[in-house]
Amino acid sequence: MIPHDFSRIDPKRRVNLDYKKRQFAKPEFKHQKYEHRLNYYILPPTAEITLEEFETWAINRLKVLSELEACTFRNRTPEETAEYMTSIVNKYLPLRSNSSRGQNLQEERKKDHYSHFILRLAFSATEDLRRRFSRLETMLFRLRFKDDDPRERKDFVSGLKLEWEEVGADEKRELGNELAAAGGVKGEEQEWFKVDWERVPELVEQRRVLLKRGKAYVPQREQISLVVAEFTRRLDEALELTSRALPRLDEDDRLAPILAHLSHSFTSPDAAYSSSDASIDGLSTITANAIDTLSQHFPLCMQNLHMTLRANSHLKHYGRLQYTLFLKGIGLSLDECIMFWRRSFKLMTDDKFSKEYKYNIRHAYGDVGGDANRRGRGYTPYSCQKILTEPLPGPGQSHGCPYRTFTQDNLNALLQRTGVNDKDLLKVVKDDVSKQRYHVACNRVFEWAHRREIKKVKDDGTWSATDLDTIVHPNTYFKRGWLLKHLGDGNAGVVNGGEKMEE
Amino acid sequence: MPHSISPESTPAEDSSMPHVNAQPLKSEPSTPSKDIAMSDALSSPEDSKTKVNLEGLFDDEDSDLEFPSSASQIKSEEEPSQPEPFRITSRSTFSDPEIMRAFYQRLFPFRYLFQWLNHNPTPSNDFAHREFAFTLPNDAYLRYQSFPTADLLRKQCIQLLPSRFEIGPVYSTNPRDRKTVRKASAFRPLTKELVFDIDMTDYDDVRTCCTGASICHKCWAFITMAIKVVDVALRDDFGFKHILWVYSGRRGAHAWVCDKRARELDDSKRRAIAGYLELLKGGDQGGKKVNVRRPLHPHLDRSLNILKEHFQTSILIEQDPWAEEKYAHLLQLLPDPTLRAALQKKWDSSPSRPSTSKWSDIDNLAKTGALSKTSKELLEAKQDIVLEYTYPRLDAEVSKKLNHLLKSPFVVHPGTGRVCVPIDTRKVEEFDPLSVPTVTQLLSEIDEWEGEGEQKVQDWEKTSLVPYVEFFRTFVGGLLKEERRGLKREREEGGDEMEF
Repeated sequence: MIPHDFSRIDPKRRVNLDYKKRQFAKPEFKHQKYEHRLNYYILPPTAEITLEEFETWAINRLKVLSELEACTFRNRTPEETAEYMTSIVNKYLPLRSNSSRGQNLQEERKKDHYSHFILRLAFSATEDLRRRFSRLETMLFRLRFKDDDPRERKDFVSGLKLEWEEVGADEKRELGNELAAAGGVKGEEQEWFKVDWERVPELVEQRRVLLKRGKAYVPQREQISLVVAEFTRRLDEALELTSRALPRLDEDDRLAPILAHLSHSFTSPDAAYSSSDASIDGLSTITANAIDTLSQHFPLCMQNLHMTLRANSHLKHYGRLQYTLFLKGIGLSLDECIMFWRRSFKLMTDDKFSKEYKYNIRHAYGDVGGDANRRGRGYTPYSCQKILTEPLPGPGQSHGCPYRTFTQDNLNALLQRTGVNDKDLLKVVKDDVSKQRYHVACNRVFEWAHRREIKKVKDDGTWSATDLDTIVHPNTYFKRGWLLKHLGDGNAGVVNGGEKMEE
Repeated sequence: MPHSISPESTPAEDSSMPHVNAQPLKSEPSTPSKDIAMSDALSSPEDSKTKVNLEGLFDDEDSDLEFPSSASQIKSEEEPSQPEPFRITSRSTFSDPEIMRAFYQRLFPFRYLFQWLNHNPTPSNDFAHREFAFTLPNDAYLRYQSFPTADLLRKQCIQLLPSRFEIGPVYSTNPRDRKTVRKASAFRPLTKELVFDIDMTDYDDVRTCCTGASICHKCWAFITMAIKVVDVALRDDFGFKHILWVYSGRRGAHAWVCDKRARELDDSKRRAIAGYLELLKGGDQGGKKVNVRRPLHPHLDRSLNILKEHFQTSILIEQDPWAEEKYAHLLQLLPDPTLRAALQKKWDSSPSRPSTSKWSDIDNLAKTGALSKTSKELLEAKQDIVLEYTYPRLDAEVSKKLNHLLKSPFVVHPGTGRVCVPIDTRKVEEFDPLSVPTVTQLLSEIDEWEGEGEQKVQDWEKTSLVPYVEFFRTFVGGLLKEERRGLKREREEGGDEMEF
């Protein structure tokens, strides 16, 4: 479909090259001409740029990507994201359409092109980075695709030469109603095309296309999905190839440090769990028995799991996982954790417990499992971002963030059960939740529950502003909450470690 | 402390040995296949003698075990009034080693299992690189097993006597060699059937007849409905043809979609199918579980039509979900406050009305004017309720991953002893999980079988497993045929390319 042998010298010209002269000739690189605003990034850049450009362009693109990622953390809708991103993209990575008659069209596109490939180098090293990079690049591409000039977009798409089959008028009439029901639009009024369903997995997943015998009927409007899927597929392939070529770059001592620095600063700007969260000054080694008492300091998601566990003497898999990792994060040892679950599942025989449950707990702690799991000491406790972006719980499951998964009434009931009964607060929380600002709601509840203590440390000046930053991790919630409630116990702040033990 | 078991289990294991040996000689000396099967057993006459002696040592401990001591049985053989040599089975657990051995030796259809997974009569990598995982009698879990042929798999089963085994994906290298490959990426899963798992536990909040592990005919209706809906979607929407439904042995069903196109799906596409079929969202606290766009997607529309009639009988009459005081949830699902209040009033005064009447009350009251919103909204809410109570609840995680293992068809469920038999979707209504043969029943059927000794008859052909194995054979035959056709086509196309 797309010619891939650009770099080859035209066979007819090859004979004319004089290798004797060529040896002394200045290398000439092809300056690409960018006809479209959008780019599938098939061809790598070949012209020269300065080291400084190399770095600043990459940093600018990185800025855009991390802002995009932040939008997903905050559960922004696509429209909100688009609105929010407009100013950021214009500042760091402007990209105008042909019709805008801008002066620097080619310059802008060059920057976009080059920065993409620089980051590709920086983020191809590990599977994790690759996946994140591909996801964010796809988001950026989608964003640009959507707000592109329709005519130019059409040119771009037809230039891609993707293969699809148009649905004829007869078939359209025959399937009229079904097409309308599947696509949410009148079937005959617009163009439809037919592709293998494997080409549009995301539309299938959301039931937004009609399926017949393995063919998906995609409305013109959803074309974006096809184009984007193809973009992702090619990018993933290319990243895989880049990662294999990467070791050869090691010798370059100018680029390697820059790339390392770039990929380093990309590792979750927020919400990373640090093992320091586990060691809480003044809190003695936590035992299985202490969980009930400590649970009053837990964030709502964990309190909910705890109460469900106490009520049913059981939790389903994802609930167990979320809770186990949280407990691990607050410093519960593996033995104590097994003890905790054993006692909590009181309707179960020892045999069943050790056969069906113990392994998973040990796996989460990195006690068993593959080499990578053990070396990494198991899984890291889930951050709010992780909990908020997981699939919603199914019947009988209780994991996830209650602010997101509960209905308004049930959430209110749950909050009141945990002692949150301030009418005004509940109203604001309701407001936050309806705007999908779940972590804002959670932080609000935290601030309300610890309002006196927060005021005190603010007045004393013992805690700095960073110590009271927005909470984005359940373990941070617990740590901060516990410290605030035990201010008088000889650990007047995070600064000095108190010797005094709880209990 | 696994050691504590051995003094008990050893005699039990041995006890039946001389016994089994003695039995065919006595009752049916002319059956040739018996002897063939016997050759796999470890017992020679000398062996059994020493074992009987050993037996004596444990006599005291034995007497109160669930297995009758063999010593007494050997004596009793002299009495002609002992008609049922396989008597031990009725009182022993289903995963008793002797029973499992006999099962793998005589009943398990290894040959068809092989053809099914190999897609070809001659052994190929499709089978040889396929992962099997055994659950051993001591509950150890043994992964990454693989076998070049069906015979070697059978041999291993007879040797290890797994209480069940699971089937995983075909890997790029032999799973047994996974540690010898130089790069980790050289060992990755390539293909596996697209699988689905429907389990009754997911229905616990709408199931009133039983809880937990037990099932009855009433609640099996949930599984029947699920099979109908999922099967038609896989066939009509995705175009899959070779779908094998298997009873999971206790309270659920598995589906294996075996088409080549399905086997080659990657994780994201498996996730897409699972998402397409999944409808119910939200945990116990999430309130309304069905939230769908209107007009209904053709798949949902079709499902609703299938499920409607089941709703009347299986749900309203048999499950009676809103009996007595339990109607609060129903009220919660209705969007119309006026109607809700009216219904609340009516049912508070007569809570004993059965669910069928309560369901029709909704329409009746709505007609008499207790409706503040449009009737369209009420209709949609009612459709949502029907879906919430009947729509399939898949254990979606199983389907989403290429490398997820699933229990093999035809193994024995250790808890119930029932064989995981295929379900014929053309007669899905007639399938009765409670009449699926148990392993012990099958073994005694072999013994009771009386046929002409002339023709050689496979052991499974003497039992009620016949229709299930026959069905499986036909299914595999169809798959192989299609596979051959595909190969031929590929070869032809390949040939064309060569010419250019």
